[in-house]
Amino acid sequence: MTRTRGRVLAIADGLAIVRSERDDVRVAARVGWRPGDLVDGDAVVTAFRGRDFPEPATETARLPRARLAALRARAQVLATVREVFAARDFTEVETPLLVPSPGLEIHLDALVADDGYLITSPEYQMKRLLAGGFERIYQVCKCFRGNEHGPHHAREFTMIEWYRAFASLDEIVADTEALVAAACGGVARLGAREIDVTPPWPRLSVRDAMARYAGVTVIGDEPAADLVASVRAAGFELADDTAWDDAFFAAFLARVEPAIAALERPVILEDWPVPLAALARTKPGDPAVALRFEAYVGGLELANAFDELTCPVEQRARFESDLAIRGARGRARYPLDEKLLAALAEGLPPSAGIALGFDRLVMLATGAPTIDRVLTFAQSEL
Amino acid sequence: MYDTSDIRKGLKVLMDGNPWTVIEFQFVKPGKGAAFTRTVFKNLLNGKTKEMNIRSGEKLEPANVDQRDMQFLYKEGGDLVLMDQSNYEQVSVSAEMVGKAADLLKDNLPCTVLFFNERAIDVSLQTCVTLEITASEPGVRGDTSGNVQKPATVETGAEIMVPLFIRVGDMIKIDTRTIEYVERVAKT
Repeated sequence: MTRTRGRVLAIADGLAIVRSERDDVRVAARVGWRPGDLVDGDAVVTAFRGRDFPEPATETARLPRARLAALRARAQVLATVREVFAARDFTEVETPLLVPSPGLEIHLDALVADDGYLITSPEYQMKRLLAGGFERIYQVCKCFRGNEHGPHHAREFTMIEWYRAFASLDEIVADTEALVAAACGGVARLGAREIDVTPPWPRLSVRDAMARYAGVTVIGDEPAADLVASVRAAGFELADDTAWDDAFFAAFLARVEPAIAALERPVILEDWPVPLAALARTKPGDPAVALRFEAYVGGLELANAFDELTCPVEQRARFESDLAIRGARGRARYPLDEKLLAALAEGLPPSAGIALGFDRLVMLATGAPTIDRVLTFAQSEL
Repeated sequence: MYDTSDIRKGLKVLMDGNPWTVIEFQFVKPGKGAAFTRTVFKNLLNGKTKEMNIRSGEKLEPANVDQRDMQFLYKEGGDLVLMDQSNYEQVSVSAEMVGKAADLLKDNLPCTVLFFNERAIDVSLQTCVTLEITASEPGVRGDTSGNVQKPATVETGAEIMVPLFIRVGDMIKIDTRTIEYVERVAKT
């Protein structure tokens, strides 16, 4: 690095402009500097490092020092993630971000790009890799979801997604626990709270959680009217024509999420009702629930896993049902991914997979209060 | 019409014929559920608050509310006559909108007026107003503890409790929210 001496041109509001042979540079003014002083190069570099900016960086182009520290932690978490997967014999893959058919999930909006869409998750292409013969694959990639912005949401975010062929959800649970424990050094931080994330984590079924914390009986395949009645009986006001999922989430978000947020340990919330698991297989012996789990740490929804549906006929029926619901609710209708359906027809091994929010994992590793504080540049900072 | 992506603090919307302003909001999106914005509104007419979940896709109607910088001209009965500084238009509002601070208004004092459907619904004064003391008994000599106060009359006629060292002719700063003495200011 060239460290030329320079001359202080001006000082104002704690800032100094130093003119060197190369350029003018704005730095934090150091005690004793006066306009006209000659200062040496090392002092200029130290003074540059001394400049800081407030969070979030919406008023300035440069990021604050605290963010740089968060980004170093983020890089460390990413390195740890790769070590964990390498140790478990996973192959890292990179699938396209720009695709002709984005995820069809009812509540997600894909962003249009050129003649296709940006992915909302890399799921479809990763499943085609499983069908092709990979048995353990993972990916760390950007995903895009329109109209999502909040303390835990950004429209462009980073996902860790991984799949195991010939495996069950229990192995995915073990991967998740090991990954989070390694990334957080055994203790996750949520603001000032500390949560012990060493494996194994407690497990709780959605039915038990709804009964225990919300006083609501959920079966999974009951008509919407029955669930609406049960949720009303628990003290919620709902319209007569409330959809099954909306009735569920009214009680779930008001009572279950706050209750599991208060738990001292993370929780694996499993056995989700079938209407909330479009891509999962149903549980053997209990067809009203699906083999799906969500990992929660201190109330932060960190990951969602499925024992994957492998039947192409059933998959096509669920895609078409989701598309019909999207149309009825006035949401964009996306083309079906026929290549994925063809891959299922050619044979997808029994597989389990999971998507985990990398930015949220970094929040847990650093104690950052919002997702924006762990992004390199948040949307508001562009 | 506004949709949920327009929601931010200070957004003014019309619901049930009333103007409301957003005072808090949070985006919520459960993993497999519909996104919504948990929003706390304050009624601009009566100050009541309510929390509502606005689902993505739902619309909110903008309220015809605007804020204008005005200044106080004079009192007329129980009304205050104010003037818009940009176009010299005058409006009368009930003195009750500023409560007891009505006694602190002096000519040309700047204020902000909130209009709903062209009707003034709220007047906010600056936090502090500076007024001259026109009458006050001299303080009792020897009592220097700052906590003892005495009544004093200011130029607008209002009576304020002030510290003993305040004398006729002093300029003092008064908090318009509490109608309390803040400090003595240097004369200009």
